[in-house]
Amino acid sequence: MKLSVNGKSHDVDVENDMPLLWVLRDELGITGVKYGCGIAQCGACTVHIDGQAVRSCQIAAGEVEDAEITTIEGLGQPEALHAVQSAWIEHQVAQCGYCQSGQIMQAASFLQLNDEPTDEDIDFAMSANLCRCGTYPRIREAVKTAAKTLRGA
Amino acid sequence: MGKLGTIARRTFLIGSVAVAGGVAFGYYMYKRPAANPLLEELGEGETALTEYVRISSDGITLITPRADKGQGVYSMQAALIAEELDVELEQVTVDPGPPSPAYYNTALSEEAAPFRSTDDGFAAESVRSVMDVLMKFLGMQITGGSTSAPDGYQKLRIAGAVARETLKKAASQKTGVAVADLTTEGGAVLLPDGTSLSYIDLAPMAAQIEPVTEVSLRDPSTWRLIGQPMQRVDIVDKSTGRLVYGIDHKVEGMLHAAVKLNPAQGGEMSAIDGSEAEKMRGVVKVVPVKGGVGVIADNTWRAMQAAEAVKFETGPSPFPASMDDHWSALEASFVEDAVDSRQRDEGDTAARLEGAEVFEAEYRAPYLAHAPLEPVSAIVQVQDDRVDVWTGTQIPRFVQSNVADLTGMDIEKVHVHVFMMGGSFGHRLEDEVVKQATQLAMAVKGKPVKLTYSREEDMMHDFTRQIAMARMKGTVKDGKVETLDLGIAMPSVVVSQMGRQGFPVPGPDLQIVAGAWEQPYRIPNYRVTGYRAPQLAPISSWRSVGASSNGFFHDCALDELIHAAGADPMEERLRLMWHDASRKTLEAVAEMSNWGSDLGANRGRGVAFVMSFGVPTAEVVEVTNTPDGIKIDKVYVAAEVGRVIDPLNFDNLVKGGVVWGLGHAMNCEITYTDGVADQTNYHAFEAMRLYQCPEIEVRGLENSDKIRGIGEPPVPPAAAALANAIYAATGQRIREMPFNKHIDFV
Ligand code: FES
Ligand code: FES
Repeated sequence: MKLSVNGKSHDVDVENDMPLLWVLRDELGITGVKYGCGIAQCGACTVHIDGQAVRSCQIAAGEVEDAEITTIEGLGQPEALHAVQSAWIEHQVAQCGYCQSGQIMQAASFLQLNDEPTDEDIDFAMSANLCRCGTYPRIREAVKTAAKTLRGA
Repeated sequence: MGKLGTIARRTFLIGSVAVAGGVAFGYYMYKRPAANPLLEELGEGETALTEYVRISSDGITLITPRADKGQGVYSMQAALIAEELDVELEQVTVDPGPPSPAYYNTALSEEAAPFRSTDDGFAAESVRSVMDVLMKFLGMQITGGSTSAPDGYQKLRIAGAVARETLKKAASQKTGVAVADLTTEGGAVLLPDGTSLSYIDLAPMAAQIEPVTEVSLRDPSTWRLIGQPMQRVDIVDKSTGRLVYGIDHKVEGMLHAAVKLNPAQGGEMSAIDGSEAEKMRGVVKVVPVKGGVGVIADNTWRAMQAAEAVKFETGPSPFPASMDDHWSALEASFVEDAVDSRQRDEGDTAARLEGAEVFEAEYRAPYLAHAPLEPVSAIVQVQDDRVDVWTGTQIPRFVQSNVADLTGMDIEKVHVHVFMMGGSFGHRLEDEVVKQATQLAMAVKGKPVKLTYSREEDMMHDFTRQIAMARMKGTVKDGKVETLDLGIAMPSVVVSQMGRQGFPVPGPDLQIVAGAWEQPYRIPNYRVTGYRAPQLAPISSWRSVGASSNGFFHDCALDELIHAAGADPMEERLRLMWHDASRKTLEAVAEMSNWGSDLGANRGRGVAFVMSFGVPTAEVVEVTNTPDGIKIDKVYVAAEVGRVIDPLNFDNLVKGGVVWGLGHAMNCEITYTDGVADQTNYHAFEAMRLYQCPEIEVRGLENSDKIRGIGEPPVPPAAAALANAIYAATGQRIREMPFNKHIDFV
């Protein structure tokens, strides 16, 4: 089947029901997307499908053949960072960093829908993403900074 | 006492040699390791100046042997070297280096020695220095016990200075300018006329000359990096998905594998039938491994699916069948026969408890999983003349020797490549996954095999935090705490953990009472007894180890007595505390939280103090009792670490420790039914989520001359301060973790 990831089209030979997560990681070598739980409890595997944040461990490859898939690698790179990534760097959010691809993808998609979030909005949007290192206070600050940048842009 | 005398005498010799080495004169002697491991692996055109600095024509690499699990020690170690070497962090590459005895962890012995960390007396210091030699001998290259900062603080600065001075010497020989007239900056030696000679150009020459081994360290007032907020060396990679963790690494021709382990802890599977699994797409082979069965395939998901399709019979667990049985084993351990240590016994506790009005309470703390977000994984490739292991581990030297044993390969031919870890919290002090990956790799010799645990395997086969129980008896008099008698029962973490590495551990295990026996209080009658429970489920070090349960027990017990005495929790703790640096942490949180001010209706404030890993840490938690349950509003933390190396990372780590301590206390436990863990994934082991996270205010204090690490100390007081705050807000005293068995949280 054909998958379009970060603007590039890939031919993959996988079962229809293989979760997108494992197609990305093991077949295409795109490892910014992480495996944490496999059951939609942690958010480490968050990618965008047509701009919307989804858990790639819950999406079968066959369901997204015609969709545009974006991973953290496609969101922004060091030379051209997305506003959310810049905010994450400015606030030094990451500890181990393993959850942060998912956190950033979640925040980017949520801020696109709502760039003037209240504290409650942030709590609501970001609470399905686990961080075992406990970087939550910095995630909150970084989301606010990113929102400000996005509003200004 | 006799034994201590001998130890102290023997040490004195070692100690005087160390003093003669130059520390007394303000100079530091660089002790060259028996073998510099960098020299063995030097490539064409590469130079090693000490075991921490490697220079090639491509650039400068700093070796940071303490593994990074997210606590930022790569950056911290690099900064300590760079401070003296005069390079900018943006100029260098950071590399964890190979496993080697040259990178032994000096600071671990501090915690292993049977002295309170507040004890600076001669005997304590002497024994610590003996332990230090012992550690060097064992070549303990371990990351743990919040030791990376104390371990590296001098060693790494000395290494940086030695490399710098050797480069200056080379520059002097090259140009004829006296060393005294040379300065260094930004990775180059500067001549008085402004000419700049880069370290990279000087390195080949520096490698040829006798290194400078006597250096003086810079005055803290001139530091450029230490004490300043630093951008972590890996922050951009971690924010763009580019950082390669062990689980992400790829080796040419690699196969993927999964395991299905015997669901019951410690049992062995039998009647393994992999015939269905072998027919599934992509499956290469089904291989029995230690504790279960592994499937090698061409993709992790296919391997995981196939592992679930293997048929087998569950072997019974050798451990107690129900949690009631686990708890009974602890209850039965509060007897004289099971006394493991009674290092604190002041006044006459037993006599005071006779006939007085005695307050009693019992506390419990459950098994807990480490559950770092990155599940464990390892890649192993077995070839005729070498074995390679790529993994995130805190114990590279054990990994190396265990793989050598399994494969029958000489230890020098086992190459361990350590990766950045997606969290650990003590999880990666175990290496079962490497052993199993090795067995799988042996079955397809020549091919690299990456074994990735599913979250379920990772959680159900974790070596958990100890289960623990405490019993408190106490008396109060004239509004003051008069007697505190605390008994703590748990199995020995150290015996369980080291036992898996084949080391017997004789003598008492001070982790059974850590976070309780060494608290700097003076109470007229004060006794802390450790009771050794039998080994139950296998257990391991979990962020803050013994103190993770005992800090809760000890501080809440004290809090109960303070309330019984009718005293103020802050004032009475301060009155009882003799250790100045510890008092200051309490005074700091009192000021930060405006202790004593009115919080309003349905709210409560609790304080806790725990010294662990030598770090006095005080926390105040504020909660509101809402109709939907307890809401944690705010936390104030003050911790004494001697020197805050990077205030930004310090702040981040402390907050993480508080979130960790609170989250697990709120809602986490691992329970076993017939040896099978009942919690299989995060839905049943959530800890804290963002919406529950309070505002956290952090203050690092620098009143002591001992440098300490901050990875663990914020954890123990968090649960205690929360329980104390809940009591203040509701009048309900919670004595068992997780607290949600007794009260709801928002
Ligand atoms: S791996 Fe998909 S939500 Fe955890
Ligand atoms: S930074 Fe480690 S899990 Fe979030």
